[in-house]
Amino acid sequence: MAKRPAFSNLCKKIQEGKFVITGELEPKKILDLSKILHGAEEMKRMGKIVAANVTDGPQGDAYMSSLVPSYLVQEKVGLEAVWQVTVRDRNRVALFGDVTAGAVLGLKNILVLTGDHTALGDHKRARAVFDIDSTQFCEMLSIMIDQGTDYEGNEIVGGKIEMNYGCVANPNSNPREPEILKVGRKVEQGVDFIQTQTAFDVDDAKDFLKDLEQFNVPVLLGIFPLKSHGIAWYFDNYIPGVSVPKDLLKALKKAEKDNKGDKKGKYAAIDKINIEFFEPFMKEIKKSTKAAGIHCMAVEYERLFDRLLKDF
Amino acid sequence: MIITEQKDLNEIYELIKPYNKILIAGCDGCCQPPRSLNEAKVLGQLLELKARTEGKELKWKAITVLRQCDDRIAATTCRPFTEEYEAILTLACGLGVVMMNQVIENILTFPAQNSHFGGVQNSGENFYIEYCETCGDCIIGETGGVCPRAGCAKHLSNGPCGGMVDGMCEVGGYTKPCAWIDIWKRLKKFNRLDLFKKYRGPRDYRPATSPGYKQIYKEYTNEEEKKEEKE
Repeated sequence: MAKRPAFSNLCKKIQEGKFVITGELEPKKILDLSKILHGAEEMKRMGKIVAANVTDGPQGDAYMSSLVPSYLVQEKVGLEAVWQVTVRDRNRVALFGDVTAGAVLGLKNILVLTGDHTALGDHKRARAVFDIDSTQFCEMLSIMIDQGTDYEGNEIVGGKIEMNYGCVANPNSNPREPEILKVGRKVEQGVDFIQTQTAFDVDDAKDFLKDLEQFNVPVLLGIFPLKSHGIAWYFDNYIPGVSVPKDLLKALKKAEKDNKGDKKGKYAAIDKINIEFFEPFMKEIKKSTKAAGIHCMAVEYERLFDRLLKDF
Repeated sequence: MIITEQKDLNEIYELIKPYNKILIAGCDGCCQPPRSLNEAKVLGQLLELKARTEGKELKWKAITVLRQCDDRIAATTCRPFTEEYEAILTLACGLGVVMMNQVIENILTFPAQNSHFGGVQNSGENFYIEYCETCGDCIIGETGGVCPRAGCAKHLSNGPCGGMVDGMCEVGGYTKPCAWIDIWKRLKKFNRLDLFKKYRGPRDYRPATSPGYKQIYKEYTNEEEKKEEKE
């Protein structure tokens, strides 16, 4: 398949061969987006983050839809959004509706996800949709972008949608072979980039990236800086397949204990732990793999970026 | 077999509370666990006791039907009793409840069961399991005999998803195997990973959704068989 043009800055930068960094913003159960926009401004200010992912109901919780926050991040802050869309809550009709609406709002990147099941979220009695799966959504987007029709071949008045889209891959997947084969199916549908779930083990991550090289698609490896011991613990226990190194958990716990009552000291100690862990990690990935960049899921932890990204 | 579970006794009692004389009909069909004459009798006794605690005399008779989902069998077995009784309580699956309501026109039939799924019996582990959700569009020829529609919580056609950890599913707290890992193992074992790699397009939901009840023309009838015999 001929390479799709880069419609988004993210894909342009990747095509130029730059090592790109993306951030992450998480609209939760809120009406006030000031925190999200502030986070985006911080990322924009540094000038090192190309785009920010805007999540779509992670962990299956009922959160604000990612469409409008993605638009506002672009419109008000001027930072490009990677609009995350799951197939959990919308059938193919609603997905078409949202994607065309996003195109009109000027969104240029979509990240396709299956989505955590509603059984894990805060509306456990809800009926999950999953009308099409993430691979089929990839096919649908390729049709909308490359052919300018809906999934059934009906013409979109106004032509083709100018967007790039990516899929996800999980470096923590065990067994790994079916995960790689599944990514292969998605790549066949024409994805422009891959962003991965968070990795903590550098050797494992390198292996995984090696496995993905066969697909010849730019991969942004996911990392998750740990803002607090509580978040690290939650991630370790509740995010499928992710296990935080025990040493890191211990160090964070100690940092919080040693700096009880001293907010500044606590922040400094936690930041130091993260920098010491992730900076060499990122440098190693940049140096010795073919990764196109890093997807840094430092949600509401933008203060780390200045120091973490100073050499990128 | 249709896997059912008896409703809570209080719920059943509330359904039949307005009536003084009820017919309790077991079903000898595929309903599992068995809900036949004995189970109908036990239920009758429990309801009678429950009624007595409320100062009411409940009259009941227990019978059983070969298959309540067969209109002729249901009608011929139950019609003789319907003048004498005010309501029917059935231990059949939902199909039996509907069929009885259709063929017994002068009184209402109430369910004593919740119907869960068409399933198989795993005697070794003492489970009933839903291996097929009768979707009307079978793809297990491509998935090593494991159904991703019945077996995958997200009904994925191209799994596994990111919610799989060590071969287990995120739904239910990693206590059940990921159907897509089972599919991968089966296809790998038989050297058919070509089927695993294959992209499966969006499902056509039309066989699963029709206006009102789904219907399929029943080609085979007893009349035709008799006609052929005569010829």
